[in-house]
Amino acid sequence: MKKILVALLFAPLMALASSAALHLDKWPGSVADKPALQNGAKLFVNYCLNCHGASYMRYNRLTELGLTEEQVKDNLMFTAEKIGEQMRVAARTDEQKQWFGAAPPDLTVIARARASEHGSGADWLYTYLRQFYRDDKRPTGWNNVVFDNVGMPHILWQLQGQQVLNHETHKLELAVPGTLSPKEYDQAISDLVGFLVWMGEPMQEQRKQLGIIVLLFLGVLFVLAYALKKNYWKDVK
Amino acid sequence: MANTSFEKYKSDGSLGGNVLEWVDARFPLTASIKGHLTEYYAPKNFNFWYFFGSLALLVLVIQIVTGIFLVMHYKPDAALNANGVPVAFASVEYIMRDVPWGWVIRYMHSTGASAFFIVVYLHMFRGLMYGSYRQPRELTWLFGVGIFLCLMGEAFFGYLLPWGQMSFWGAQVIVNLFSAIPLVGEPLSIWLRGDFVIGDATLNRFFSFHVIAFPLVLLGLIAAHILALHETGSNNPDGVEIKAKKDERGIPLDGIPFHPYYTVKDIVGVVVFLMAFSAIMFFAPEGGGYFLEYNNFFPADPLKTPPHIAPVWYFTPYYSILRAMVWPIFGLDAKFWGVVAMGASVVIFAFLPWLDKSPVKSIRYRGPIYKTFLTLFVISFFILGYLGTQPPSYWGEKISQVCSLIYFGFFLLMPWYSKVDKYRPAPDRVTM
Repeated sequence: MKKILVALLFAPLMALASSAALHLDKWPGSVADKPALQNGAKLFVNYCLNCHGASYMRYNRLTELGLTEEQVKDNLMFTAEKIGEQMRVAARTDEQKQWFGAAPPDLTVIARARASEHGSGADWLYTYLRQFYRDDKRPTGWNNVVFDNVGMPHILWQLQGQQVLNHETHKLELAVPGTLSPKEYDQAISDLVGFLVWMGEPMQEQRKQLGIIVLLFLGVLFVLAYALKKNYWKDVK
Repeated sequence: MANTSFEKYKSDGSLGGNVLEWVDARFPLTASIKGHLTEYYAPKNFNFWYFFGSLALLVLVIQIVTGIFLVMHYKPDAALNANGVPVAFASVEYIMRDVPWGWVIRYMHSTGASAFFIVVYLHMFRGLMYGSYRQPRELTWLFGVGIFLCLMGEAFFGYLLPWGQMSFWGAQVIVNLFSAIPLVGEPLSIWLRGDFVIGDATLNRFFSFHVIAFPLVLLGLIAAHILALHETGSNNPDGVEIKAKKDERGIPLDGIPFHPYYTVKDIVGVVVFLMAFSAIMFFAPEGGGYFLEYNNFFPADPLKTPPHIAPVWYFTPYYSILRAMVWPIFGLDAKFWGVVAMGASVVIFAFLPWLDKSPVKSIRYRGPIYKTFLTLFVISFFILGYLGTQPPSYWGEKISQVCSLIYFGFFLLMPWYSKVDKYRPAPDRVTM
């Protein structure tokens, strides 16, 4: 009884400690890297889009990554008919709820939603997708360091291989190698995260470019406005 | 006099003189322009702090115009669409992606909400520093407090509309506060929500309040605020009445016509403000998670309570005051007293004109006690604001209790300290 009370008392403290200890690896990529984003898009439609939708996103927007509509249609569109359609998931949400306990979230803005005081959404995703490990206590057989008891199985396990958690060092160890080397896998995840960051706000580069023009315009306007004010106010004493 | 000019015009309304004269015989156009702009005499010594009134008006216009365009595409509907996402949430992303320039409109509106509070807080601080609330401007101040209350409501209702996790749970927490009121609390909170939980009914009524009811009241109060101000004339950094010293034509010696002097000056302020506004809007529209909370990019999920629910930054000082009340008094829930304290912390501004007993208005001529209290008040306000963004903690609670005490002390002790403080005599005329 006492033990339970003590555990209850310390549970919030431990929760606080564990959330403070959340360490995220810095995402090394960039949204300006078009080839990386294209590779990320390929990984996304092949692995993620089977269960997760990106339903605010339309296929034809992928042309902004430097692809033609034909390339998008031939290589990236598996479940849609027309290029203007949204990137919907093939599976049904009610069935998914039964399989995973919760419907997998829409991923269009996931890179924005996962930002926190611990790091950017990109950092979170980059760490999360590299820290799955084998856990027989979970129904899927997988667990995750960043997202404890996650409902999602390690969908990229063939690429990464199988990691196990060493409970003494609290570090992940690669037990069964995958088809990619750890370095190649990190690169692939970086590309995938890059795509997710881009998809979260496809106009983000355009936004910054427009911002520079607007600020330059306002700079000129300031000079004129200030001169006008000076001129009017020269006789106010 | 006035009637003789009227006789120039034919009874069928056809033009005899020029158009302006025709209009002026029927509507006080020229008289209004003179009264409020070209012959409204403002003190010539306005400083930096006097930009924020006109900037608040600018932000109001930004919010109304962008709001009109957002309503054309936004759908206040909590039902799930074919992709399993709430329609309201999806419609915001539709604006961000599929509506041409929709992202500009949306970021202007979301940045504008925070900008509104920044300029209004600075505008209010100006009033505190220079005693702008004092006789004869009590009504201007009271209308201003009304505007502030209204603005808080407007922001609160608007924040539900994107239907993200923070929209949903923030509204849930705040509406639940009303259930702490004895006897009527529970039915009252159900009546406010229109449901037992925040739902489609709540979303629709908040939308209605946000786009119709509150903007209407706001506009009325702002008109009253400006009319009252122009009746008494503006205060100034010296806190002296410029109307006390007039020339032979009855024009204040220290007054200059609002137009063109302050219109050209305010344009400079507007441009500088727009630069800061654009820097945020184009380069950091999320404002580091303070202007657009990260968690709000998850659609509202009634089954998933976020571990930490924080209101948007402009509400956090009041939220801290709410959380600082942890004692049940008179057998009533601590939550109830928290609500009372939070309400009081906003409404107490309305009593300022009658709490201040000092012989001078401006901080320039006040003594060290007032300056100390004002400084402590501002520091407490910032600390409370910071703590309101943080999860509850032992020290956070203690510090917010001390800061709440200082916050209320600034107001409630004012009749005493404003009387015993030392003062320098205010000058007869303004200083430049």
